[in-house]
Amino acid sequence: MPSNASEPLITAPGSTTRTAPDRFPLAGTVSSALKIVIVGGFGVGKTTMVGSVSEMRPLSTEEIMTQAGAEVDDLRGTRDKRTTTAAFDFGRITIDSTRVLYLFGAPGQKRFWFLWGQLFIGSLGAIVLVDTARMEDSWYAIDRLEHHGTPFVVAVNRFGPGPDLERVRAALDLSNDVPLLECDARRRESSRDVLVTLVHHLASRERGGFAPKDSM
Amino acid sequence: MNTEPVDKEAPDRLYTVTAGRGGADEPTLDSVALIVAESEPSPDMQSEHTAILRLCTRPIAVVELSAELELPVSVVRILLADLLDTGAVTARHTTPSTAQEGARHDSDTLKQVLLALQRL
Repeated sequence: MPSNASEPLITAPGSTTRTAPDRFPLAGTVSSALKIVIVGGFGVGKTTMVGSVSEMRPLSTEEIMTQAGAEVDDLRGTRDKRTTTAAFDFGRITIDSTRVLYLFGAPGQKRFWFLWGQLFIGSLGAIVLVDTARMEDSWYAIDRLEHHGTPFVVAVNRFGPGPDLERVRAALDLSNDVPLLECDARRRESSRDVLVTLVHHLASRERGGFAPKDSM
Repeated sequence: MNTEPVDKEAPDRLYTVTAGRGGADEPTLDSVALIVAESEPSPDMQSEHTAILRLCTRPIAVVELSAELELPVSVVRILLADLLDTGAVTARHTTPSTAQEGARHDSDTLKQVLLALQRL
């Protein structure tokens, strides 16, 4: 059983309420994995969003920063140096008999950005999860995603009344081609809608070819 | 089974687990590369290798191994390099990691992802 009592129950359509199982191995036929990253500030609801759509209880782990993400990671050096450790969590959704999608919830602050180089390279895209009370938490992540050319959507996790989406777009300095929507990360359908918006966004980029962002 | 989460300990212990190696001489395994056991654990294996082999009788992603073993992902990659070298495990992955993000998905994959999301 999940130890966290606040963990949301997951409701499958047309079935009774259930909790995601603790250990839920992949089918033996699965041969490839995709990833989508949900990035945001502390307490914005990343873990909640991962948990609301994951087929298994979300897992958490950590990564240590290796030199520039690619250089020799001589662990002897950690005795003397300060190392950066970043915790993150993840869940997954089986796509079909051969494919699985991993969803990562990752901190967006600058000191944790090494995770992108070490773990999140090759992601389909990203969801920037925003708390309108702390929009400045999202600036760095948005800047980096734009810089790397990683497609993303922005989802405002509504904790209560707040500024409308046009004001959020202006505050985040988002270009009009970046989808922006509201969500309730606790609700499976709502989190799913954010993912669907991201996938549509990816598909539209495919159709439109690879538009360089300075063509805007 | 390794019971002590070694990452909670002194770095010396991490150094021991990985026999003092970094991962630079190995091609980096993707964080969601799927690892599958190809053999049974043998009695002379170090406990972390045994634990990995027990976890990957079905495909399991590198990050899931990291979570289950309570070891940082980089340390798991180093442990996996040993097992890959001896053929005790194999890695299933489609696309190699590159710095080029976002341009690697085909429209069929996106369509299947959408269908899976709609089934949620």
